[in-house]
Amino acid sequence: MKLEGIDAKVKPEFFEQHQRDIYRSLEDKHTFIEEIDDDDPLNAKMVLNMGPQHPATHGVLRLVLQLKGELIEKTKLDIGYLHRGVEKIAENKTYQEFMPYTDRMDYLSPYSNNVALCTAVEKIANVEVPERAHYIRMICCELARISSHLLWLGTMVMDSGAISFFLWTFREREKIYDIFDQVAGHRFTVSHSRIGGVASDFTDSAVAIIKEFITGFPKELADYHKLLDRNRIFIDRNEGVGVLPSEKALDLGATGPVLRATGYALDQRIINPYARYSEVDFEVPTRLEGDNLARYFVRMEEMSQSIEIIKQCFEKMPKGPVRTDNAKQAYPSKDEVYYSMEGMIHDFMMTDTGICPPTGSECYHAIESPKGELGYYIQSDGTGHPWRLKLSVPSFRNLQVLEQVLDGEMVADTVVIIGGMDPVLGESDK
Amino acid sequence: MSLVLSDSLQATVNALTDTFTDKLIEVYQSSGDTFIRIEADANIEILSFLKKEQHYVYLTDVFGIDRYTSDERFEVVYNITNLRDRERLMVKVRVEEENPTLRSATEVWSSANWHEREVYDMFGVYFENHPDLRRIYLPQDFEYHPLRKEFPLLGIPGSIDLPNTTPDTE
Repeated sequence: MKLEGIDAKVKPEFFEQHQRDIYRSLEDKHTFIEEIDDDDPLNAKMVLNMGPQHPATHGVLRLVLQLKGELIEKTKLDIGYLHRGVEKIAENKTYQEFMPYTDRMDYLSPYSNNVALCTAVEKIANVEVPERAHYIRMICCELARISSHLLWLGTMVMDSGAISFFLWTFREREKIYDIFDQVAGHRFTVSHSRIGGVASDFTDSAVAIIKEFITGFPKELADYHKLLDRNRIFIDRNEGVGVLPSEKALDLGATGPVLRATGYALDQRIINPYARYSEVDFEVPTRLEGDNLARYFVRMEEMSQSIEIIKQCFEKMPKGPVRTDNAKQAYPSKDEVYYSMEGMIHDFMMTDTGICPPTGSECYHAIESPKGELGYYIQSDGTGHPWRLKLSVPSFRNLQVLEQVLDGEMVADTVVIIGGMDPVLGESDK
Repeated sequence: MSLVLSDSLQATVNALTDTFTDKLIEVYQSSGDTFIRIEADANIEILSFLKKEQHYVYLTDVFGIDRYTSDERFEVVYNITNLRDRERLMVKVRVEEENPTLRSATEVWSSANWHEREVYDMFGVYFENHPDLRRIYLPQDFEYHPLRKEFPLLGIPGSIDLPNTTPDTE
């Protein structure tokens, strides 16, 4: 029987068609459509709108939940509140000009996004990157991973009830911001990577502050483990909550730690090594349970693996240039720009036209960002602007999983499950 | 141009050539990635063959490309991963500008759901048998498909009513 009242009950003030279609699709989500009023004398069924401005939704995520008492029967997600059309913007910018936009995609780990763009452009335009630049990128990417996972840890534990934990993880994140300040000159949106290398080499003080961080951080991590691993309240809130079964994980397109918590060791650093990840030893942590607690253990283990990678990078990092010395492919150094005519011309050409990949070439390159596989597809028409630049973002895929995982959960666990999925809406909304 | 294919990809291409001789249009490589282009009416058969027989079990992405002035204007690309042999394959289909319609890949991978909604939102390509074909980013009331090349960079003023910015006086 078709549910009658819902159209009449919805009185949207703007985007009318949009609101009505969401409610209709909530009805159509499963094959059966039920009558709300019959057999419900206590009026236990209701439709709950959560977001887009709810503080626990980690951004402008809107959930439309159909509840029966405290149980979620069906969920629909409404995303797009942060849609800026960056793919359209990219088609009208040179590759280097587009870099600051990538910072603002996954704003919790900007460095990974910069590297993802650079590696894709380097692949399509055949740019060689100096050895030292690869290691600088790896170190900063792993720092960005720790920074992103620390924010997830703080907010997820706060979602499950422990407020003070948030401050401790933010104290550590603050140190990473200080590192990026030393390395790139920016704390948050770094834009430090360049096509063909990185913008500047590590200074001595930057190296010192990173080394200080990687010696101190494992102790903090051990403290987090001590506080949470056997914490009754934390385990009760997370164990068996938001279970994503292994057999459904690939079909639903989960990625990153969400997928690895179901048992698949799918990590782009292993299956498709970029930079110099093939030369360092590290493990890809996996769990089999697929619930929120498994995601917790996977991300915690990833942070300690990141520390190991950074240590190995410092051992293996050679001396040398940090940007390719080919003025047709990368920006010349500032010394050349200020003191030679050619340098000035090349700098102007790079800014005006940029790097031009061969006509008709196309490529896809993915890196493992903290949230999962972050891929850039670029199609070139031979000019300095991409003909099509497609961002394949992990948060988008994990939100699609969230829509399925929430069905059948308790409404009180919603925020914990969102926290465990760790979506960033700036990234998924593009 | 000669192809440099790994053993696994070569086996996949051979199997496709044997099974779908008429439906396979071209296989080419660019920047080290392998692309195959197939007939639009056979997309589901070929994709489910790749998933079931060739271990391409993971759908990373589905996206559209606007070829603008060319014939068969819109291109839809399925980005699929073989987890056993660690290979990636991009499967392309082309559709006409007039009434662009494809069969939905949601029957092969459930994850195609949102990706196809994005293609529909951005390019206006319709997917048959899709369980819930709504726009994903833009509101349903929006009339245009912004990643088409004719859509201006600054948008179209007055195309939809924006929310009221002054507080209600009632």
